[in-house]
Amino acid sequence: MSDSLQWQPTAPIDNLRARAELLTQVRAFFSARNVLEVETPVLSQHATTDCHIQSISTSHGFLQTSPEFAMKRLLAAGSGSIFQICKAFRQEESGRWHNPEFTMLEWYRVGFDHHTLMAEVDALLQVVLACQPCEKISYQQLFIERVDFDPLVADKAFLSDYVRQKHLLAGDADDWSFDDLLQVIFNLQIEPHIGQQAPVLVYGYPASQSALARINTEDPRVADRFEAYYKGVELANGFFELSNADEQRQRFESDNHWRRTHDLADMPMDVHLIDALAAGLPDCAGVALGIDRLLMLKLGATHIDQVLSFPFSRA
Amino acid sequence: MLDGEPCNILENEYVKPGKGQAFNRVKIRKLISGKVLEKTFRSGESVEGADVLDTELAYLYTDGEFYHFMNNETFEQIAADEKAVGENVKWLVENDVCTITLWNGTPISVTPPNFVELEITETDPGLKGDTAGTGGKPATLSTGAVVRVPLFVQTGEVIKVDTRSGEYASRAQK
Repeated sequence: MSDSLQWQPTAPIDNLRARAELLTQVRAFFSARNVLEVETPVLSQHATTDCHIQSISTSHGFLQTSPEFAMKRLLAAGSGSIFQICKAFRQEESGRWHNPEFTMLEWYRVGFDHHTLMAEVDALLQVVLACQPCEKISYQQLFIERVDFDPLVADKAFLSDYVRQKHLLAGDADDWSFDDLLQVIFNLQIEPHIGQQAPVLVYGYPASQSALARINTEDPRVADRFEAYYKGVELANGFFELSNADEQRQRFESDNHWRRTHDLADMPMDVHLIDALAAGLPDCAGVALGIDRLLMLKLGATHIDQVLSFPFSRA
Repeated sequence: MLDGEPCNILENEYVKPGKGQAFNRVKIRKLISGKVLEKTFRSGESVEGADVLDTELAYLYTDGEFYHFMNNETFEQIAADEKAVGENVKWLVENDVCTITLWNGTPISVTPPNFVELEITETDPGLKGDTAGTGGKPATLSTGAVVRVPLFVQTGEVIKVDTRSGEYASRAQK
């Protein structure tokens, strides 16, 4: 027997009690709104192709990085609005805000667009965190206010000059892509400073960072995608969902092409999702929110280990 | 190496947006000028390694200004200054073999063994049978280091500490 304390949970038992209360609150919130709770497989034969999200593979398939594809198949099958609280897994390092296994809340609202869904995110955060109503600002306006340039007009040379002037990178800016530069400026110069008083909902991300969101019909430079930030933390990511099967297939294929040119393995795209979109996904908006981070904010925790029973290092 | 100076990493924060490139926000100390700065590395990005030499030397004593170490095979001695030892001074135990990093023959950093054994000089007496508390209690060690220990550990006992995390590992084997 060793005297090691590694067997013990890293979260105080009181924090685990707060986690249970939070889950009860979330379930009550959706139950009152007639949103159906569902479960979908954690283990799948398919995986995300997203260039910046790496799945954990097992001898039987892949652990999900989010329940998005299966939930969209339920929507196409006529489920109506649904929510899920589940574990998601990403091949990532651990950090202050990261554990390779984490709890995700994901929900889809039939008939909503991203603005109506943002209003619901706002309502949920007010209930759970007892915080002030969310502020709303476009990605473009946020850059203009915080770093004094228009991200929809700036080109790569401009961004490279900007990060050089601010001495942000250790390496050469020319080795970074346009989107990586925009994102690093956002993460270092903007994210730590926004949403200090009330959560902020940022919408209208550049179309090049659309992921699974629709392209805006009025301004094709932006996607109908939003993110929630509070106290400098990325809390949620939502879309007015792409429902075009051909476009979805093209995005999967171009992701896999990017993967091949960046020493990453091709991922088996979820053909069932493509078929479901072809059969018809109702107009809907969906959002994923990190439950561990939400609990951290509620408790004022400074490290994710404080809200997890056993982080990966002890799992 | 950064701007021609060997550096060591003080803090390394992992940043990964939900949809986007992962990177590391790294706090670096330049070992010659002592300047501390923050830089961003893309995950997997590489930098030129500093042409430094690691040697295994036993800690002897301090004269107040320098910390003296000795090569146990050649008996050659070397003195490291306070800047090179830094915060690791609290983990220096006589005769423990430390890793001394030399750059152009000068010690620029001192890394203690991963585990050191130190005596507890002061800690609150824990109540017997009180195993419910998971937080433990603070204990001051003979070098002045303060670590959290389980309640059953008492003043005068020798404990094993992980110098990388500064955390209690176990009681020392008797």
